[in-house]
Amino acid sequence: MAGKAQLFFKRLGELGAQYYNAPYRAAIARARRDEEDLFMLLVFSEMMGIPNPAAWSTLELQPLLMARFHEWHTRMGMERSPLDHFRCC
Amino acid sequence: MSAIILLLLGLGGMAAGYLVYSRFIATHIYKLDPNYRTPAHEYEDGVDFVPTNRYVLWGHHFTSVAGAAPIVGPAIAVIWGWLPAFLWVVLGTIFFAGVHDSGALWASVRNRAKSVGALTGEVVGARARTVFMIVIFLVLLMVNAVFGVVIAKLLINNPGSVVPVWGAIAVALVIGQLIYRRVIGLGVVSVVGVIALYGLIYVGPQVPVSLPDQVMGLSANASWILLLFGYAAIASLLPVWVLLQPRDYINGLQLFVGLILLYGAVLIGNPTVVAPMINSDLPANTPSLLPLLFVTIACGAISGFHGLVASGTSSKQLDKEPDARFVGYFGAIGEGSLALAAIIAATAGFASLADWQAVYTAFGQGSLTAFVDGGANILAGGLGMDVGVAATLLTVMAALFAGTTMDTGLRLQRYIFQEWGEIYQQKWMTRPLPATLLAVASCLLLAFGAGGADGSGGLLIWPLFGTTNQLLAGLTLLVITIMLVKRGRPAIYTLAPLAFLLVMTVFALLMQLKSFYEKEDWFLLGLDVVVLVAALLVTLECLAALKRAFSAPPETV
Repeated sequence: MAGKAQLFFKRLGELGAQYYNAPYRAAIARARRDEEDLFMLLVFSEMMGIPNPAAWSTLELQPLLMARFHEWHTRMGMERSPLDHFRCC
Repeated sequence: MSAIILLLLGLGGMAAGYLVYSRFIATHIYKLDPNYRTPAHEYEDGVDFVPTNRYVLWGHHFTSVAGAAPIVGPAIAVIWGWLPAFLWVVLGTIFFAGVHDSGALWASVRNRAKSVGALTGEVVGARARTVFMIVIFLVLLMVNAVFGVVIAKLLINNPGSVVPVWGAIAVALVIGQLIYRRVIGLGVVSVVGVIALYGLIYVGPQVPVSLPDQVMGLSANASWILLLFGYAAIASLLPVWVLLQPRDYINGLQLFVGLILLYGAVLIGNPTVVAPMINSDLPANTPSLLPLLFVTIACGAISGFHGLVASGTSSKQLDKEPDARFVGYFGAIGEGSLALAAIIAATAGFASLADWQAVYTAFGQGSLTAFVDGGANILAGGLGMDVGVAATLLTVMAALFAGTTMDTGLRLQRYIFQEWGEIYQQKWMTRPLPATLLAVASCLLLAFGAGGADGSGGLLIWPLFGTTNQLLAGLTLLVITIMLVKRGRPAIYTLAPLAFLLVMTVFALLMQLKSFYEKEDWFLLGLDVVVLVAALLVTLECLAALKRAFSAPPETV
């Protein structure tokens, strides 16, 4: 009995979360993407000649971001990696 | 007469409409097919296209279409007596709104979940699409201006509601952060949020706030309108999850709580309808019932705005095509029941006929104030609530609905200005801030232009708003009708409402044109002419498109 009630509340919670999020999924995904674009720009800024005081730290992130780098440069309208010395695809 | 009879007749009629008429429309006219692959599955991307549980989808379809408009319209229209408003709401919901809303969903689902705007371009023609854009802009402009005026009036009438109305924004901000940062679960947040909101409502009447009568030459009304637009401009520029999303959520909860309280109070308290069935003692200068009733009540009977919601977001999330009946038609019934509650509050919430007549002294009087005062009396009588708290509760409900519509509306208007900036290569106009300022300026121009410097007469444009909203509905019905004709199915079920709407809107516009001319109100006269031109363009488009559709042989789709 207790298990059933628990399951019911869990289901109710899931539906509630859907109700909260469904209308705004697109707007939030867009905003998250914009944030990601800015972050990528920060991480790879040195390569494009934009001085970055935090280059030391962002350099470490670069290998971790390779997969996302590809998505980013295609989204920015560049079919290939924009950087000569930084091949991607 | 007892209000319970009115309530049962109305709800019973709408329930019968859902069980019988909507089943007929869904199976024989739209032929909703459980095996059809809906766009939510076809293009599933986890963002826009997500198959969604139909109860959840109905929940946010209903809460996005229900707002202050289905309360304001009926609460103005009962000036002709309760019967005309009641009949138009119930029959309109059954034969117009339900068919229109589920039809918009169906049309969109069958066309890769495109919006009505895009569908008008595709099914009817490019010219119709331009007309559609103009009509949408007019609807947004008017709804923002009117709601600014309406909230200002509410805040002045009930100073106790100032704290909860603005406090609700703070509650929403906190809730938004708690959910976004996943501090605590949604269930707990909802309970905390609702308790905080109702706590504010309880405290509000003890700390009434009124603006001074004159601030820098502005009346209190005008100052509130300016403050509200200032707020809406800021809110529409914020990211949606900061304010709009939690506000929408609280509004949704409030809508259900408010409806349950009102209907419960009517059932327990059994108030008497004091307003006349048909008002034979109309105040001077009240326009004639025919055709004005049909544009005064737009939302609650049929509203083009529903088509925008249905085809804009709901259609992308429809799990199975037959769900269109539940989401669309039952969503319209939800809105109809809100309008019914407004009618009952504005006709049965007064002690005597004389009290009622003292409120409805002229056309446009009453409206939300009558809903709040009448509803508060009903709540007090049925549930034993304090009248002041009950009035604050209803004021907050109405003001929050109208406020959320304002900031969504301004956001949409800003997008339109930005789009125009792109089209006409005005770089500055494509930026959010200047575009928002343009949107606010156009709304203020309308709010003050229509009502003078104190902004008190802004409600005069309400019937014009209704008219424009009906034109939008007409365009959606046209799209559905043409799709039906192309498929060789009977078109009368959408064609008859379409013809009725067009005749009534054009008729109403001409009547108003005459009255504005007699009153020498050149501003509203100009606005009326603009809407009239749009209405004639819509009518011509309808005639041309239908002629084309009927002369072409049916396709086998």
